[in-house]
Amino acid sequence: MAQHQVNYASSAGLPIALTSVDKLVNWGRSNSLWPLTYGLACCAIEMMASGASRYDFDRMGTIFRASPRQADVMILAGTLSKKHAEFARRLYDQMSEPKWVISMGSCANTGGMFNTYATVQGVDRIVPVDIYLPGCAPRPETLQYAMMMLQKKIRRESADMKKNVKQRII
Amino acid sequence: MRKYTPKDNLQKKSYYTDRFWVAPRVPKEMVEEGSHFDDVVKALSEVSEIKESAIELGQLRVVINPTDNFKVLEALKERCGYKMMSEMSAVDYLAKDGEFEVFYQMLNLDEAKRVRVVCRIQRDEAVESVVSLFKSANFAEREMFDMFGIKANNHPFLKRIIMPDDWEGHPLLKTYPLQGDETASWYEVDKIFGKEYRDIIGPENRDPSKVDRYDGQRFSRVGYEVPFGTEIDPENEEENPIAYSETFMVDYTTGTETLSRRK
Repeated sequence: MAQHQVNYASSAGLPIALTSVDKLVNWGRSNSLWPLTYGLACCAIEMMASGASRYDFDRMGTIFRASPRQADVMILAGTLSKKHAEFARRLYDQMSEPKWVISMGSCANTGGMFNTYATVQGVDRIVPVDIYLPGCAPRPETLQYAMMMLQKKIRRESADMKKNVKQRII
Repeated sequence: MRKYTPKDNLQKKSYYTDRFWVAPRVPKEMVEEGSHFDDVVKALSEVSEIKESAIELGQLRVVINPTDNFKVLEALKERCGYKMMSEMSAVDYLAKDGEFEVFYQMLNLDEAKRVRVVCRIQRDEAVESVVSLFKSANFAEREMFDMFGIKANNHPFLKRIIMPDDWEGHPLLKTYPLQGDETASWYEVDKIFGKEYRDIIGPENRDPSKVDRYDGQRFSRVGYEVPFGTEIDPENEEENPIAYSETFMVDYTTGTETLSRRK
């Protein structure tokens, strides 16, 4: 991490902090993760609760956006039906790089209890997923924890997205 | 004393013959002379042939010819005060009788009475649309077409309502597999990426608790840990047990000595 507090004694009394570009860029990226408001089912209620005042995502710099063009993270919260899969992928494609995906809840992870013809059996079939968040439905604390795990993951990554080898479908 | 019954073959007796719980048949009662439903049946028999009429759970159930459905519903609406069609759909009895049962659930808001109009149709037969009588039939008939493939003649806009337009098959048929047919299982892949990506993405995993112990990327191996993403050959797997994960066995026959020494 970047050194936030300047130690004047160690840097010859100068207001200088040394860091790498990677760390600086990732510090910025990880602390302003803007998720796309993308509720599909009951997990969306928990996602909304995470954004509201009690759990307060805003204090982590996480502000829900209503447009994929302004979003960095796609939280797929709920059951993804096969009819809707096309549009989920289109929204993912419309997000600008760098972008990450959180698969929230059992339905998004594996299809969950909907072992049927009409449900996508895991959203990783259509978009590359970074964090799989278990639960049915996961509580807001769990979603916050997933967000923190994603922040950790981003801080490990290279700032150059081309160097980040992701398990991408396409 | 209780009467003695021989208990020799008690275990051979099966208590339940049905594999699944079978709902008891709803008792059918006759339509009483002079009742409200009697007037309804008489009014309907003027416009169409009534094959069967009975009271079930306080509702009238009339079986009619499928060709007369419009006339019967019109008579119910105009003459008997059944101004609301709360529901209509079909039931798949193809395996049992080779027929569909199309039903219309009618409600009289003034009398608080319900009538269920039922007709049986063959596999490729269509029914007349009743959208011009009841607006609520619009979506219901589209759903019936979507789920069973039963067409409604003269429907203003008969297309699929729940499933996507390019879906194949009608999912509420008893013959439709629950986990979908070939087209259904690849639907989202074909639609988004194209058929050539089927091999890359792979078939659906229908068992969410499936554990692949040779997948070094998505599963950990307790006691046989490998670095992330290691490719493990199932044939020549290295025996690599780690000490801490092994259960530490205490021999209690000689253990007293060790415990006493610890004091």
